[in-house]
Amino acid sequence: MKTELTVNGRAVTVDVEPRMTLLDCLRDELDLKGTHAGCEHGVCGACTVMVDGRAVRSCLMLAVQGDGLDIRTIEGFAPDAGELSVVQDAFCETHGLQCGYCTPGMIVAAHALLSHNDEPSDEEIRDAISGNICRCTGYGQIVEAIRLAAERMRQSNTRAFEAEGGESA
Amino acid sequence: MTEQLRPGRFVSANRRVREDRRFVAGKGRFVADLDIPGVAHVALVASQHPAAFIEEIDASEALAMPGVVGVLTGDELAASTDPLMNGLDTPHVRRFPLAVGQVRYAGEWVCAVVAESRALAEDAAEKVRVRYTKLGFVLDAEKALQTDSTPVHPAHGSNVLLDKTFVWGEVERDFEKAEEHLSFRVTWGRNSTVPIETFGVVAKWDPWEQVLDVWASIQMPKYSDQIARALRIPGNAVRVHYDVDVGGSYGVKRGIKHSVLVAYLARKFGRPIRLIEDRIENMRAGDAHGPERIFDVDVAFDRDGRVRSMKMRALDNAGAYAGRAPFQLGKPIGAIVGPYLIESVQYHAVSVTTNKTVEEAVRGFGQSPTNYAIETMMDRVAAHLGIDRIEIRRRNFIRHEQFPYTIPSGSTYDSGDYHVVVDKVLEAVDLPALEAERDRLRAEGLCAGIGVAACLEPSGGNSSFEPLLNEKNRTSTWMESCRVNVDGLGFVTATVHTTSSGQGHETLVSTVVGEVLEIDPDKIRVVRPDSLGSLPGNSPVGSRMAIMLGGAAAKAAEDLKGQIMRIAAHALKVSEASLVYREGTIEGPDGLKLQWSDIVDIAHRRFHDLPPGVAPGLTATHILQVPTGRELPKEGRAQMYPCHSFEFHVVLVAFDPVLAKPEIRRYVIGHDCGTVINPHIVKGMTLGGIAHGIGAALLEEFAYDEGGQLMTQSFLDYLMPSSHEVPAVEIVKHVTPSPYTVFGQKGSGESGYLGAPAAISGAMHDAVRAWGITFDKLPIRMSTVSDKIAAAREHDRKTA
Ligand code: FES
Ligand code: FES
Repeated sequence: MKTELTVNGRAVTVDVEPRMTLLDCLRDELDLKGTHAGCEHGVCGACTVMVDGRAVRSCLMLAVQGDGLDIRTIEGFAPDAGELSVVQDAFCETHGLQCGYCTPGMIVAAHALLSHNDEPSDEEIRDAISGNICRCTGYGQIVEAIRLAAERMRQSNTRAFEAEGGESA
Repeated sequence: MTEQLRPGRFVSANRRVREDRRFVAGKGRFVADLDIPGVAHVALVASQHPAAFIEEIDASEALAMPGVVGVLTGDELAASTDPLMNGLDTPHVRRFPLAVGQVRYAGEWVCAVVAESRALAEDAAEKVRVRYTKLGFVLDAEKALQTDSTPVHPAHGSNVLLDKTFVWGEVERDFEKAEEHLSFRVTWGRNSTVPIETFGVVAKWDPWEQVLDVWASIQMPKYSDQIARALRIPGNAVRVHYDVDVGGSYGVKRGIKHSVLVAYLARKFGRPIRLIEDRIENMRAGDAHGPERIFDVDVAFDRDGRVRSMKMRALDNAGAYAGRAPFQLGKPIGAIVGPYLIESVQYHAVSVTTNKTVEEAVRGFGQSPTNYAIETMMDRVAAHLGIDRIEIRRRNFIRHEQFPYTIPSGSTYDSGDYHVVVDKVLEAVDLPALEAERDRLRAEGLCAGIGVAACLEPSGGNSSFEPLLNEKNRTSTWMESCRVNVDGLGFVTATVHTTSSGQGHETLVSTVVGEVLEIDPDKIRVVRPDSLGSLPGNSPVGSRMAIMLGGAAAKAAEDLKGQIMRIAAHALKVSEASLVYREGTIEGPDGLKLQWSDIVDIAHRRFHDLPPGVAPGLTATHILQVPTGRELPKEGRAQMYPCHSFEFHVVLVAFDPVLAKPEIRRYVIGHDCGTVINPHIVKGMTLGGIAHGIGAALLEEFAYDEGGQLMTQSFLDYLMPSSHEVPAVEIVKHVTPSPYTVFGQKGSGESGYLGAPAAISGAMHDAVRAWGITFDKLPIRMSTVSDKIAAAREHDRKTA
């Protein structure tokens, strides 16, 4: 089935089986390996991508359902090769990860939060990532990373989306 | 004892973890990300029964489907491969990647279907017809132990894999002399580390080169050896690529059966084969469950609270095959008395097969369950005597001046300062305020309780438990290695000879090499040669890499520095002793000076200027033996691990007595793992370990129904702690350097996890103390708590 997607700002046409998930499509058809499979049943959040500005589990969505939607994967957040977004850099600063497997999903979830809330409380941060399971970190340094990113964005007066040249939320 | 380097500019500094950059950009390189041309995919046909004979496998319909490459059965595989190693002396407990003749647990792989895509392989697997004759089965360890129980492996004759009793010291005498005794039973439920990335492996056989290439999300000692052995090919015909990122492991990523299977298939079908577990395969048949253990403890103590002696029986439910389960009863012997002065111990370790999924190594390798039993013992003794739970621990702690201290089972603890760590934690917590908070919550009608736990993390991963439990095993070294090169332009590259699963080994190596050579760690490249290009090593298990890889890297860098000094002394025609090394520049008397670039030039190009005995090329290799790992166990006593980190947990839990959903209101841990190499990494390990421990204490269990089916096989029913269940944790740091390591470092890869379950269990007990309720099994489920409270209230009402 021919499907037209906008992925990381680029329009692409894929020809996929109707049963293919958006997750598999991103990874196998578009070679965007940063989005990960953890459970493929909607619990772990490793597959989280941004769809029309909202954090969505790509394992629970079919590729064909993405037709016409604006999809952003982890590969679409770094402003340039070798250059990190504010959120990504904050994760490095606080070591908000270990194995890195849940990390793309966490960073997408963090961007989604910060695009509509520039001063989240710790509770709001925990809420925003509660659908993303991390087995390595115990979440402490992830919460610190998002808190730090929010602070840095406030200081530079940018919102998560604007900072990376996306649409303002 | 090694001569110690002082922590300095880079060691212990709050530096970023260099690996993080690629992961936050989505540029990790996990096994499922690899694009190997021509790869075919595997799906498994799984047993529906916990025990049955396989009468017939009919794959004709599957084989006729488009895109299907072929089907493999256990019979064919067993005829051409050797059984997977288990390290015990149990020749009739044979394990192959696919069931042979008989299935032994629900979910066990019966045959493998290979197709052009995973989806086609799954479709075809559904069409394979297997005819079974059902057999009797056993799920419960105590039943499996009975002589008339159905043996899981009839040829073995019983379900007992291991049954060994150790007596260290005068146990009977101490029991007789002690003023008080008590006994109890606690059970550690079956759970595991369950990484978010499932296990995956790709293998490719090159018939012209006669080499098997393997890419896997692996964390396993002797991995390539074991593949070669099972396939009966030379060791140097297996090339494992260590530059694959592993998405979490904490012990369990040891997919040896998966690896042997795909390696065989790759040879059989002449094309690369890939098997990435889906979540159900991972939970049900990844053979990666953790210990499931019943502890029966008798303790002898005096009225002043001093524990004299302990008898512990640990009965472990290994599942259908030996796996690593029995040895996980062995490692805790190295810290069998925890941080306490207990003079004699009887330890009875029993491991039995049942018709459940196979166990694999899990974070702590049996130490966390054992710590839970020991800490429950301390709480019960305290309750029995009416002594404060912290006070009773203090009275029994080994004192700072007693180190190095040899425990009855033969291990010498390197160093520690337990009383001081506890003092620091209590000060940070403000114990009276915490108790007031607990009482305030109680006054509000909630159940509230404080829990404490003190425990050790033996670290430095040796393998002494193998010869200790199996005399035929003669393992007495578990080395780790590193090579450091300075290239012709003067840049430094160091090596890691294993995969990593989040431990930050590149940061570790660059930090210590930078420290020794006094150069910016960020300028040092760290690479991972494949297994054929590698130095010997044993992978990051048993909390060993800070000690072992960090030690090897520091020693290699020191060797390199020694070469530099010899070259400089020769070039400047002065004695080495008169030279000073300063950030790569060598300064001598009278303003003599040699730059790094001069040394590089001599070493790489000017053989005529090299001193005798110094090889050209500026390279150094160090293979580090485990410090203290000198000999085989003797008379049931072993020096298990070299280093012993200490942790002390204090936790406040509260819950509604009817809903009984525990909420952790405060969590403070005191942690002493000696000199910290990278504070971010150690902090992350500790916080992650506590989260994992919360899961083990309250949420996670591989539960089976009476028919032998695993009921918790997805993330919907096997519950892992989310950011809602894991509280903010405060860490109180203390540093007691180990005298046995290069910088005084100890291990921290299991920290937090080793004490959290015990501490939380203690808090839950304190919360229901008024009713005298005990919870004898982890995880402590909400339903158990509310049922017990309801029953106690009912009882109170009736007797009122
Ligand atoms: S893979 Fe999509 S939620 Fe787990
Ligand atoms: S960093 Fe490993 S699962 Fe989150």
